[in-house]
Amino acid sequence: MRKRVVSMWFPRLPSDRVLRAGLGHIADNNRPFALIHHEKNTDRIYCLNPAAEAQGLHRGMGFSDARAYCPDLQSEPADKIADAKFLHTLARWGKRYCPWVGLDGTDGLMLNIAGAAHLFGGEAKMLNDMRHSLARAGVKGRVAAADTRGAAWALTHYARTYTEDITSLPVAALRLDAKSDTSLQRLGLRTIGDLLALPRATLARRFGPDVMLRLDQAMGAQDEVIAPLGEAPHYSVRMTLPDPIGLVADVMMGTERLLVRLCDKLKAQDMGARQLQLTLRRVDQGAQQVELRLAAPMRDAARILPLFTRGVDAVDAGYGIDQLRLEATQVERLLDAQINASKASRPDGLEDLITRLGNRIGLDNIQRFLPADSHIPERSFQSVPAAYSSPSGSWASLHSRPLRLFTPEPIAAVGSKPPVQFRWRRMSLTTGRATGPERIAPEWWLPDDNWRSGVRDYWKVDTREGRRLWLFYTPQNPGWFVQGEFA
Amino acid sequence: MRVTFQNVFPLRTARVHEVCGAGAVSFAAMTAQGRSLWIRQSWLSDTVAPQGLMPFVNPEDLLFAHPKDQADALGVAEETLKDGVLPFVILEITRPLNLREGRRLQLAAKAGGTTGLCLIPKGMGSNAAETRWEASPLFDTQSEDSTLQRWEIIKNKSGTLSVWSVKWDAQTRRINVVSEVAQR
Repeated sequence: MRKRVVSMWFPRLPSDRVLRAGLGHIADNNRPFALIHHEKNTDRIYCLNPAAEAQGLHRGMGFSDARAYCPDLQSEPADKIADAKFLHTLARWGKRYCPWVGLDGTDGLMLNIAGAAHLFGGEAKMLNDMRHSLARAGVKGRVAAADTRGAAWALTHYARTYTEDITSLPVAALRLDAKSDTSLQRLGLRTIGDLLALPRATLARRFGPDVMLRLDQAMGAQDEVIAPLGEAPHYSVRMTLPDPIGLVADVMMGTERLLVRLCDKLKAQDMGARQLQLTLRRVDQGAQQVELRLAAPMRDAARILPLFTRGVDAVDAGYGIDQLRLEATQVERLLDAQINASKASRPDGLEDLITRLGNRIGLDNIQRFLPADSHIPERSFQSVPAAYSSPSGSWASLHSRPLRLFTPEPIAAVGSKPPVQFRWRRMSLTTGRATGPERIAPEWWLPDDNWRSGVRDYWKVDTREGRRLWLFYTPQNPGWFVQGEFA
Repeated sequence: MRVTFQNVFPLRTARVHEVCGAGAVSFAAMTAQGRSLWIRQSWLSDTVAPQGLMPFVNPEDLLFAHPKDQADALGVAEETLKDGVLPFVILEITRPLNLREGRRLQLAAKAGGTTGLCLIPKGMGSNAAETRWEASPLFDTQSEDSTLQRWEIIKNKSGTLSVWSVKWDAQTRRINVVSEVAQR
C-alpha cells in the first residue's frame, strides 16, 4: 500500500497550552502574551502569541527589552515538561485518525494514515477535520499530507499553501543543518528544485551524504520510519459474571483469577504492585471497594490472595456481585532477584505480616528506628514506616542514654548541681548518686521550640528509691527538668 | 519446692506473660530475644529510645506498631503472635484485659509458638497470664552504670512465687542474678 504521511506542526505549542487552559491570569489570546525562559542568567522569550508578535516581539528576545516595547505584555514562566506532556496528549488525540502516531521533535506529530483516510471520507475531509479540531481546541496547528515524511514536514513548515509542489520550497525545508543550508544558499541553490537539477555525484561530493539523505527522504527514494508511541502499560483487569455471586469463597476465587492475570501483566513489565484496589460491582449498581496496601512490591498471586481475605470478608454483597475489577493503583519496579545462598535476604514472612497489620492499623503505623546524625537526644533517631525502609546497622552512642524519653517535666530545684531531694510525678526522691554533667548545645541551624532555653547540662541521677532519671539543667535560663529514665 | 530463676527465665515460649512496676520497660528490653514487635498506642506521649535499648537489644531487630486504641492493639498482637514470624511481641496495655481477651492472646501465642509480654499498669493483670512479674529498679551502692533491679514473680501458673535481684551484663548481654549473700 502506498504510504501516506500527515505532518502536524504546532508552532506555538507552549503558549497555546497556557492560554487554552486559562492558566495565565488572563486567558485572552488578543492581548500580548509570552512565556519566559530563564537561560544564561537572563530571561528570554520562549514562546509568544500573535498579538505579541504584532507588537514587534520575537523569540529569544530579552524579557526586559520586550517589556520596554510592549508594557502591557503578560508573561508566565515556561514549563518544558508540561509542554512535552501536552504533546503526548495531542498524540493520543491523533490516534482517533490512525493508530500510527509518532512524535516529531518537541512541537510536531507524524501520522501514517495509509489505509485510514477512507474512514473519514477521504484524505481532504480528514485533514479538514484535523484542522477544525485543532482550531476549536485553541491550538494553532499546520497540517499537511504527503507521500513521505520529509515532504510532509516541508509542507507544514515552509509551504504557503498545503498543496504546493515541494520543488518550489526553499532548501531549508529539507531539514538540513544551518551550515549546509548557508553554503547551498551561497551557491545560489535556493529551492529544492535547483538541488534536484544537479547531478547527484557532484552534490554528494560537495556537500556530503547528509544533504543527499535528506533529499532522498523527501523525494521518497529513501525510506524513513515513523516510530509510533507505545501504549502506556495499564495494570487493571476485570471480570464480568453472567450471574451474581455472593459467597466469600466465590469472590475469592474470582479475585484469584484476576490476580493471576494481573500478576502476569506485572511480570511482563518487571513491575510489582504496591497498592491494589478490588472493586466489586453489585447488581444494584452499587460498588464496594477493597483496598490493599502491600509492605513490599509483589507480583506473586499466591501470596497476595490471602491478604485480601480480611477486606473481602467485610464486603456487603447485597443482592449479589456481577463484576470484579482489580487494579494495581500503585506499582514499583521489581526486578527478578538472583537467588543467592550466602546473602540473607529479607524474609518474606515479615513483609506479609507487615501488610496484614498495615491493613488493620495503617501501613505508616508500623515503624522501625533509623539512626540520625544529631546529638540532640530526641533527634538522634527517627521512626520511619517499616514498609518503605530497610534496617540500618550503624547504631552507636558515646554516652549511656535513657531507655525512655518524655517531654521535659519541670521539677522544683535551684543551683547548677542536681538537687539532693526533689519531687517528680508526686514522688519524693532522694539523689543517691549523680553522674555528669554532659553538656548538649542546641542545633541553631534547626529551629526547635523545645531548645529555646539554650544549652543543657544533662545529669544521670540514681535515686535512693531506685529510679534512675535523666535530669537536665539549663544554665542560660535556670531550671531543672526530667527528660528520661534509664533501665 | 521453691522456684528457681532458671525455671521461670527466659520466659516460657508459646505463652503470654505480664510485667508491671516502674521497671517494666527495662524488663521488656532485657527479655526481648531476637526480632520483636513492640505495640504501643499512638497517643502515648513518651517514647522508647533506640540508643537506650542498644545495650539490651539491637534496634534493627525491633519493629514498632502504633495502633490508635487498645482494640486495634490487641488485634495486632493476636495476629503477630499467631503468625510466628516475629518470636517476641511486647504489648503495652492501658485498660485491664478481660478473660476472653487474655485467653485469645494465649491461644494465639500457642498457635504461633511465640512469646508475648504485656506491660500492664499495676493491678490490671489478666487471669490468663502464664506468669506475672513486678520489676522495680534498685539503688546500687557499688557501681555507677548499674541496672540493678528487683524482679518479683507475683503470679506463676506452674510453680511458686519468688523474688530476685538481677543485673544486666552488657558484655555477655545476659541477665545475672545477684546472689543473696552479696546483698548483705
